[in-house]
Amino acid sequence: MELSGAQILIEGLKREGVEYIFGVNGGAAMPIFDALYSEPDIKLIPMRHEQGASHAADGYARVTGDVGVALATSGPGATNLVTGIATAYMDSIPMVAITGQVFTHYIGSDAFQECDVIGVTRPICKHSYLIKSNNEIADVVAEAFHIAKTGKPGPVIIDIAKDAQIHETLFQYPESVDIRGYKPQIHGDPAQIAKAAELIKEAKRPMLYAGGGVVLANASEELRKLTFNTQIPITVTLMGLGAFPETHPLAMEMPGMHGSCCANYAFTDADLVVAIGARFDDRVTGDLSKFAPNAKKIHIDIDASCIGKNVPVDVPIVGDAKSVLTELNKLVGPTDIDPWRAQIQEWKQKYPFEYEQKGDKVMPQYVIEQIYKHYSDAIVVADVGQHQMWAAQYFKFTEPRQWLNSGGLGTMGFSLPAAIGAQLGCPDKTVVNINGDGSYIMTIQELVPAVTMKLPLKVFIINNMYLGMVRQWQELFHGKRYSAVDYHDNPDFALLAEAFGATGLRVEHPEDVEPALQKAKGINEGPVVIDFIVDEEENVFPMVPAGAGLGDVIRGLS
Amino acid sequence: MNSEERHIFSVLVENRFGVLARVAGLFSGRGFNIDSLNVAETHDKGISHITLVTHGDAQIIDQIYQHLNRLIDVIEVTDLSTGTHVERELVLIKVAIDDPQKRTEVLQVAEVFRGRVIDMKPASLVLEITGDEGKLKAAIDIFNTYGILELSRTGKVAMLRGSEK
Repeated sequence: MELSGAQILIEGLKREGVEYIFGVNGGAAMPIFDALYSEPDIKLIPMRHEQGASHAADGYARVTGDVGVALATSGPGATNLVTGIATAYMDSIPMVAITGQVFTHYIGSDAFQECDVIGVTRPICKHSYLIKSNNEIADVVAEAFHIAKTGKPGPVIIDIAKDAQIHETLFQYPESVDIRGYKPQIHGDPAQIAKAAELIKEAKRPMLYAGGGVVLANASEELRKLTFNTQIPITVTLMGLGAFPETHPLAMEMPGMHGSCCANYAFTDADLVVAIGARFDDRVTGDLSKFAPNAKKIHIDIDASCIGKNVPVDVPIVGDAKSVLTELNKLVGPTDIDPWRAQIQEWKQKYPFEYEQKGDKVMPQYVIEQIYKHYSDAIVVADVGQHQMWAAQYFKFTEPRQWLNSGGLGTMGFSLPAAIGAQLGCPDKTVVNINGDGSYIMTIQELVPAVTMKLPLKVFIINNMYLGMVRQWQELFHGKRYSAVDYHDNPDFALLAEAFGATGLRVEHPEDVEPALQKAKGINEGPVVIDFIVDEEENVFPMVPAGAGLGDVIRGLS
Repeated sequence: MNSEERHIFSVLVENRFGVLARVAGLFSGRGFNIDSLNVAETHDKGISHITLVTHGDAQIIDQIYQHLNRLIDVIEVTDLSTGTHVERELVLIKVAIDDPQKRTEVLQVAEVFRGRVIDMKPASLVLEITGDEGKLKAAIDIFNTYGILELSRTGKVAMLRGSEK
């Protein structure tokens, strides 16, 4: 039977197991939206802005591990997807972004709503396809999903000319995909793994340093096994939180700029760092010349180009974290490092995350502690800024895919639409969106689909009336010159939530925090937004100033 | 800072539109420079061969190698500088001729470089010269003294030598 290109695309998506498509309709994608109109197997989720569509697809992918799908029209539709595509790329999230393109005979003519989306997205996607003929669609869909979810995952763009969507042809879906230039290395070199095991046995002050790659590879169980068997202290990065339970005695919590003093001091003193699916990001390492100066480094990563990029590595192991850790676990056992473990415990006791209660102010850290107390099993989707760091510090994550945030690109506006995708991906879980007043308003329009779908999202705004993280830097490094960060002119978010059809609450006193959180638990017929008016000038500590070494961390409290 | 080295990469890629832009983009996006670039179809119509000359310290060269390999459309990457290889480049030089005496001289010099005359006009002639970098540089330096009107080079093409067995 002959099908239109748009129908072929949808048939392909069905073969790939797609449940949801997040999109915004527009001229050059109309045949695809038309095909979805009568499609029972795929639910189309109309978002209010294409950026929301790409973040929602991303959020869905982060909680499920499946490929998220975003759909937009050509030109501005496609360019609006770009921030979400770049966000997914930086955090290696499997995504397929489909964009309509103008008719093939108009391509290159500056036609209405024409944009070279392949050109625009080239440095921010894993791969991309421009489809000019409907004969290519089936093969491209199969390839795109294969590329998006295998190896180091990432977003793939499929740009389809409108005539290719309309014309009919025979539908034939490929049985398998074989791309000669794309063969991800899954298994690590056994000799290298043996070398790593030797270093682990010899080390006196070893530490594990796990990142988002462990979550992506579903290797959390293997990581826990390694930690429990060897009893080596572990730090998990912002992207990996939950891969190892933060409540465990061996957990040193997050490292880096706003990480725990314990993890940062451990890096500085360690004689062996075992990096697993982590990339020695500058926010983790601080000044590279002072980073883990006494440590040998083992680096396990599926992306060979990530190894040795920032830090010289003694034992590189290219491979999938799950496969490599499984092999490594066969070779290692208990370590004889009691003095080192005692040192770690001492740092942990001495330098926990802490803050000072200022008068009768609502302290942002207190709000996070209470959120943790009442929603410890929830999926937490944070935005970007101070609240993100406080959430990472004070919420103790215990499961992988429990914590979602834009760690790499640091995209403000990520969280509300990502929470929508997360809730659809995990309908039985409570999804908590911890947002900032600056980031919330960047994608606030996505409250509309959340209300329409009656999603029981818990949207908690840590509202300090500032672009807080920038204000903190201005306070510390720019002589308190608060340029373009004053958000006191924000609207009343509780009233605004009501206007959207959600429940809106406002909390201004510490004693109202718990009751409001309790109340939110009982509201499940749609989103509830709580606007927590917190201390305006509270800063995130500890802090390693940009360019300083991890040992020079400012602990904050004297 | 480590010392910079010149490297020649031989890159086999899918013969599709957009592939060159992906290769070039990974250089421009990271501030790496391409010294010369040559792209053409191979005997297999589905595959193009890119010869790319670049420079950088060991870390940059390693990054270039890894990132080329990471591109989906790249089938195989070889850093020719790590093995014995052969390389050639072709240059077309249009030399100004203002008197017959000079023409004779230019033709004699061309012979030294085994150049071929591929066009001759009253006031100019076009020479084709093939060779490695050193030879082409020597030729260009000499013809510069006669007056070069126009010059076009292919960029290097290169491959590993055949195996001894």
